[in-house]
Amino acid sequence: MMGSGNQDFDEAQLFASREEMESLILDEPSNGKSFSDYRSAMSSVSVSETHHPLSPPIVGIGDSDDPLLSSPSYNRDHRNPNISENSYLEPPSYADVIFSPFSDKNGEVNGVENPIYDSGKSGVLSRSASSNSEYFKISVSNPVKEQETSNSLVPGGNTYYTYLITTRTNMPEFGGSEFSVRRRFKDVVTLSDRLSESYRGFFIPPRPDKNVVESQVMQKQEFVEQRRVALEKYLSRLAAHPVIKKSEELRVFLQVQGKLPLPTTTDVASRMLDGAVKLPKQLFGESASVVAPHEVVQPAKGGRDLLRIFKELKQSVANDWGGTKPPVVEEDKEFLEKKEKLQDLEQQLSNASQQAESLVKAQQDIGETMGELGLAFIKLTKFETEEAVNNSQRIRAADMKRVATAAVKASRFYRESNAQTVKYLDTLHEYLGLMLAVHSAFSDRSSALLTVQTLLSELSSLHSRAEKLETASSKIFGGDRSRIRKIEELKETIKVTEDAKSCAVREYERIKENNRNELERLDRERRNDFLGMLKGFVINQVGYAEKIANVWANVAEETSGYTKESS
Amino acid sequence: MFLYLFWFSWWLNSRTEMQLDSLLLQQTSLSGSSQSPRSPSTQPFLSVSVTDPAKLGNGVQSYISYRVITRTNLPEYQGPEKIVIRRYSDFIWLHDRLFEKYKGIFIPPLPEKNAVEKFRFSAEFIEMRRQALDIFVNRIALHPQLQQSEDLKTFLQVDEETMERARSQETGIFKKKPADFMQIFKDVQSKVSDAVLGKEKPVEESNPEYEKLKNYIFELEEDLAEAQKHAFRLVKRHKELGQSLSDFGKAIKLLGACEGNSLGKAFSELGSKSEMLSIKLQKEAHNLLMKFAEPLKDYVRAVQSIKATMAERATAFKHQYELAETIKLKEINLDKLMLIRSDKVGEAEIEYRELKVEGEEATKKYEMIVQLMNEEIVRFQEQKTWDVGVAFHELAKGQAQLANEIADAWRSLLPKLEACSSAQT
Repeated sequence: MMGSGNQDFDEAQLFASREEMESLILDEPSNGKSFSDYRSAMSSVSVSETHHPLSPPIVGIGDSDDPLLSSPSYNRDHRNPNISENSYLEPPSYADVIFSPFSDKNGEVNGVENPIYDSGKSGVLSRSASSNSEYFKISVSNPVKEQETSNSLVPGGNTYYTYLITTRTNMPEFGGSEFSVRRRFKDVVTLSDRLSESYRGFFIPPRPDKNVVESQVMQKQEFVEQRRVALEKYLSRLAAHPVIKKSEELRVFLQVQGKLPLPTTTDVASRMLDGAVKLPKQLFGESASVVAPHEVVQPAKGGRDLLRIFKELKQSVANDWGGTKPPVVEEDKEFLEKKEKLQDLEQQLSNASQQAESLVKAQQDIGETMGELGLAFIKLTKFETEEAVNNSQRIRAADMKRVATAAVKASRFYRESNAQTVKYLDTLHEYLGLMLAVHSAFSDRSSALLTVQTLLSELSSLHSRAEKLETASSKIFGGDRSRIRKIEELKETIKVTEDAKSCAVREYERIKENNRNELERLDRERRNDFLGMLKGFVINQVGYAEKIANVWANVAEETSGYTKESS
Repeated sequence: MFLYLFWFSWWLNSRTEMQLDSLLLQQTSLSGSSQSPRSPSTQPFLSVSVTDPAKLGNGVQSYISYRVITRTNLPEYQGPEKIVIRRYSDFIWLHDRLFEKYKGIFIPPLPEKNAVEKFRFSAEFIEMRRQALDIFVNRIALHPQLQQSEDLKTFLQVDEETMERARSQETGIFKKKPADFMQIFKDVQSKVSDAVLGKEKPVEESNPEYEKLKNYIFELEEDLAEAQKHAFRLVKRHKELGQSLSDFGKAIKLLGACEGNSLGKAFSELGSKSEMLSIKLQKEAHNLLMKFAEPLKDYVRAVQSIKATMAERATAFKHQYELAETIKLKEINLDKLMLIRSDKVGEAEIEYRELKVEGEEATKKYEMIVQLMNEEIVRFQEQKTWDVGVAFHELAKGQAQLANEIADAWRSLLPKLEACSSAQT
C-alpha cells in the first residue's frame, strides 16, 4: 500500500512539469559512440542504489538509460492520473524520509517513529488512538443534493446538501462497530449548540463556519468539498476529546437514523416572542420573577430570560463601576495567571502560524523556480544536441543535461518536502483554532460566576427588605395582616432564591473543575503535539536536504574538471 | 584567469575528436598561459584586474571608478605593474574602438549600460559590474588578435586626463568617418536604382552553412535568455526563503518563550537554527548571483555580440557585392566609350581602375571577416563550454553545500528533541 501510495503521491507532485518533461524527452545522440565514451570517461560516481522499497527510486547518472526517460516508469504504473494536488491521501511514510539511502550519519534518526501522524487524512491529532486499543474513526463523504419537503413560500422548494457520515468504532457505548447516517449542516450546528449547553467549561472543538458569503460566491462543487473536509475534521476532533466522545448528543448524531428533530428553541423569533410575553408578567408580579433553580444551570438566553438578563447586566455593571466589591470574585490566582499565559500563547500562535504559511510559500516558490530552470536547460540541451557542429557543443549539451536533470529532481524534492512541512506546521493552526474553544470555556465560567453574584445580590436585597418589613410590623402591636402576608411571601421567595443560589454555586464550581481539568489536558497534549510537530518538521527537513545535497554533489563531482586552479 | 592550460590538458584526455589545430593556434599566441610563480618570467604574460570600485563626483553626476591594474612583462607596456583609474564609459570606448577595427572578431561583451536608478549604487550591482568588467578586459588580453591592439595599450596605460580626451573625441552616434558618409549615400543611391530597376531583392549571402549558423545564433539567444531569467529568479527565491526563515525563527522563539520549560527551549533552539540558516541562504543567493546567474547573462551578451558581428559581415558583404555590380556597369560603360572613341575614356578608365581597387579591398575585407568568424566560432564554442561548465560546477557546489548546511543544522536539533520527549516536564 505504501508503495503505490508513494507513486501516486509522486505523480501528484509532478503532473504539470512532467507533461512538459515528457514532451522534451531526449534521444541518445546519433553519434552515440563519442558521447558514451565521453560519459564513461567523465562519470566518476554512479549512485549505488541501496534500493529501499519505500524510497522513490532516484536514477543515477551512470545508468544506461537516459535519466529522464526512466522516470516515465512512474507514468506506466500509476493508477490515478488526476489526483488533485490537495488530497494528500497517502502521505509518504516517515521511513521514506528517514531512510535516506545517502546518509550515514542518519543512523540515530532511523528509529524515531511518530505515532501522531499515522492517520494522515484529516491531519487530526489522534493521540488517544495509539495509546490504547480504542478505535473511533469518522469519515464524511458522498454529498447529495436534497429538497426541503415542507411547504415553503418559495416555489420549487429549498435545496440543501446532506453528507454521509460513517463511523467505525469499537467503543461499547455504540453497540455496533460500523454504521452510517445522513446529516445536513444544520444538524451539525444543532449538535454544536447542544454540546455547548451540556459541556460548559470544556474546551469543545469549534464547529466549521457557516460561510454564508462563500457559499454564494464559490463554485458549488468546490464549496461542498470544502465543507465536507471541514465537517470530517470537526467530527474527528469531537471523537478525539476524552469526555465529549462519550456524549449522548454525539452518539445520537452519529447513530440515530432518520432526520434529526429540530430543537424547540432554534427559532430565534419565537424565542424573542416568548421572552416578550414573559417580561410584563414578571415585572407586574404575575408569574415568578424568580429564577427557577433548574434554569440557573444555563446562562441567560437572549430573548427568553429577559428579566434575568437585565438583572445580571445590572450586576455586572455594579461589579465594574460600583464602589463595593461583589460578594464573590474570581479568586483563583492560578487560574488568572493561566488565563494571561494563554492569551499570550494565542498571540504568539497566531504570529507563528502566519510565518509558517510564508515559509511554506517560499519553499514552494523556490522549488517551482528550480523546476523551471531545469526545463529551460532541457530545452537548451535538446537544441545544442540537434544543432551540434563542434564537439565542444556536445560536451556542453551533456553538461547541461546533467544540471537540468539535477534541477528537476531537486525541484521534486522541494515540493515533496513542502507537502510534509505543511502538515506538521498545521499543528500551529489547529491549536490556534482550539483557542476559540478555550475562550468559550472561560466565558462559561464567567457567566456562571455572574449568575452567582447576581443571585447573591438579590438575596441580600431580599433579606434587607424582609428585615425592614419585620421591624416595621413589630412596631404595630398585633401586626399588620397585609404586612405579615408580605413577609411570608418574601420568605418564600428567599427560600427559592437560596435554592437557586446553591444550584448556581454548584454549577460554577463544576465549571471551574472542568476548566481546570481541561487546562491540564491542553497543556499535556499541546506539549506532546508541539514536540511531535518539531520533530516531524526537523526530520523532514533533514531527509530532504540530504537528498537534495546528494543530487547536487553528484553534479559537482561530474563537473569537477572545470575547477579553476587559483594561482 | 589563466585557465586554458589546465583545462586544455584535462579536456585533451577525454576527447576523441577535436579541433586541435585551432586550439594549438590559440596556445601559441596566448600570452600568460603559465601562471605559476615557478615558471620563468621569460614567458610573455599580460594580466589585468579591475578592482576597488569607488564612488566619485557629486549628486547626479556621481559615478563609480575602478582601479585597473596591469601586470605584464611585454616590452610594449610600461613596467611590471601599472595602475590606472577608469570608469564605465572608458570601457565602452575601448569596446567600440575594437568593434570598429576588428571586424569579424567577436568582441567580448560589456555589462549593460543602463540600470534602474536606485540600484545604480547598490553593493550587489557594483560588484556584478566590476566582475563583468574584469572578465571583459581579460578576455581582450587573452585574445590573440585583440591583445595586440593599440587601443588596449592606451586603455591600460594612459592617465585619466588623456583617457578623458580620447573618450570625448568619440562622442555619441556620429562615429562615422567622412568616407562612411559617402558609403551611406551610395547605399541610398543604389537602393533607389534597384527600386527603379525592379531589383528589390535583399542583398544577402547565399551560404547554407552560414544560414544555419545565423538561425542557430538567433534561437540560442532566445533559449539562453529564458534560462538566464530563471537563474535570476532563483536568486530572488533564495533571498525570499532566507527572509521567511528569519521571520519564522523569530516567531518560533517568541512562541517558545510562552511555553517555557524544555519545550520552550526546544522552540527557542529551533528558532535560532532557523535564523542561522537564513543567513546561509542569503549568502548562497549572492554566490548564485555572481557565479551562476551572471555568467549565464554573460553568455547571452556574448551571443548578442556575435549578432553584432553578423551585422557587420552583412554590411561588408553588401558593400563588396554592390561595388562588384557597380564595377560591372562601369566596365560596360567604358567599353562603350572606347568604341565611340570618346574623349571621356581617360577619365572613365581612371575611375574604373580606382573602383576595381576599391572592389578588391572590399572583397578582401569581407573575406577576412568570413575567415575570422570561422575561427571565432570555434573559439566561442570552446570558451562557452568552459565558462558554462564552470558556472554549472559553482551552481552544483553551492547548492550541495547549502543543502548540507541545512541538513546539519536541523540534524543537530534531533538529540535535544529526543531528550525533551523523554524528560516529561
